[in-house]
Amino acid sequence: MNEMNITSAQYIAENGENFSIKAMIDGTEHHVPLSAGNRHYAEILRQVEAGTLTIADAE
Amino acid sequence: MALSKIQTNSITDGNITTAKIADTAVHGYRNLVINGAMQVAQRATSASVSNNTNESYQTIDRWRIDFGNGAGGACTISQDTTVPSNQGFSFSYKVDVTTTNASPGTTEQVYFANRIEAQDIRNSGWDYTKSDGSAYITCSFWVMSDKAGVYCFYARDHDANGGTMFFVKEFTLVASTWQKVEIQIPSSSSLVFNNDTGTGLEVGFSLLAGSDRNNATNNTWNTADTSRATANQVNFFDSTSNNFYLTGVQLEVGSEATPFEHRSFGDELARCQRYYQVLDGYAFTGACRLSNTAYMAAGLRVIMRDAPAATSTGNAMVINSNATYTQSVVGWSSSYLSDNNSSVRAYWTNFSGMTAGNGASGAQTLPVMNLDAEL
Repeated sequence: MNEMNITSAQYIAENGENFSIKAMIDGTEHHVPLSAGNRHYAEILRQVEAGTLTIADAE
Repeated sequence: MALSKIQTNSITDGNITTAKIADTAVHGYRNLVINGAMQVAQRATSASVSNNTNESYQTIDRWRIDFGNGAGGACTISQDTTVPSNQGFSFSYKVDVTTTNASPGTTEQVYFANRIEAQDIRNSGWDYTKSDGSAYITCSFWVMSDKAGVYCFYARDHDANGGTMFFVKEFTLVASTWQKVEIQIPSSSSLVFNNDTGTGLEVGFSLLAGSDRNNATNNTWNTADTSRATANQVNFFDSTSNNFYLTGVQLEVGSEATPFEHRSFGDELARCQRYYQVLDGYAFTGACRLSNTAYMAAGLRVIMRDAPAATSTGNAMVINSNATYTQSVVGWSSSYLSDNNSSVRAYWTNFSGMTAGNGASGAQTLPVMNLDAEL
């Protein structure tokens, strides 16, 4: 399908600032940088835009 | 008197041709395809692939496979030792059909490809916007299939026309016979390659294309849809007896295919590590922040294309205060890269009994972090 199967996503923050997303992608835990050039981050944003994924706030 | 200098104006036009030069001259660093000889396979040497299972990058570095639009069928992709004779290759990319898709849906397509950074195409020397189409970049490769017929090579410009500009060229294979194919890709005033680290040109091979994905016109740039194939494309997935092999893929500026540029394993590995690399425990040093958490950092093998996504594949071991601590459960809470993508840091968690404030060093040969900045 050319899409990643992303079942969860949550921001990771340090000192109150988000700097990555912990996401379960294709059954594996990924730590995804907030970089537009990263294909995993681009796919997360695409799925959020499509309304099929929500990124939870950092703990 | 010995001839010490050749006056170029004394050479008759046409006596020296590119083809003659290509057989003997040194041509270093001209292949724009990384891992064209299929030498490097950091992730695995084999994987079973189908729609939504193990698509994209799974085995041989820099080569991705996709089952588009829910395409049916399944295959095993692997780094195989079947190669053309006497060409200096040790490996090929093998696609072995394990589940057929004899009647693909209209939009289904299966293809595999190698993506090249936009800046590397833009700065390659190819006059790609030359409007009369007379400036070429040439792709050559060795290919064999158990299924004879017409296959389609494609090149996709990701920066032009919203990423839907495809050059498609047919090639015909005789069953179970290695063949070297050379394809000239012309310039076009519509081509765009940004001077950045994003995807520029994708070169790939169609294995299956439904009736709405085989609309491309042969041997020209197409902009109508995302067809990577013509209507003549065979359905490689019509039998589990079908195997497809590819090696020696080279993309170079000019209209002539020169002999394959054989590069050392170390050279090719370093090129691949710009997009994917694996760090073992010994790569990391840091400090214990808490009795259960070490703050660790490592320099990367090479600077990566972009900030990578990270996965962890095993437990980590830390030496702290002359004692060794091993995670009982895989645990690491975060990671990110330095601004220039040259180093990575992470919190390793789930230890117990460490002394906060003391130094820590990783102590494990097993890979603990996989970093992915693929296109």
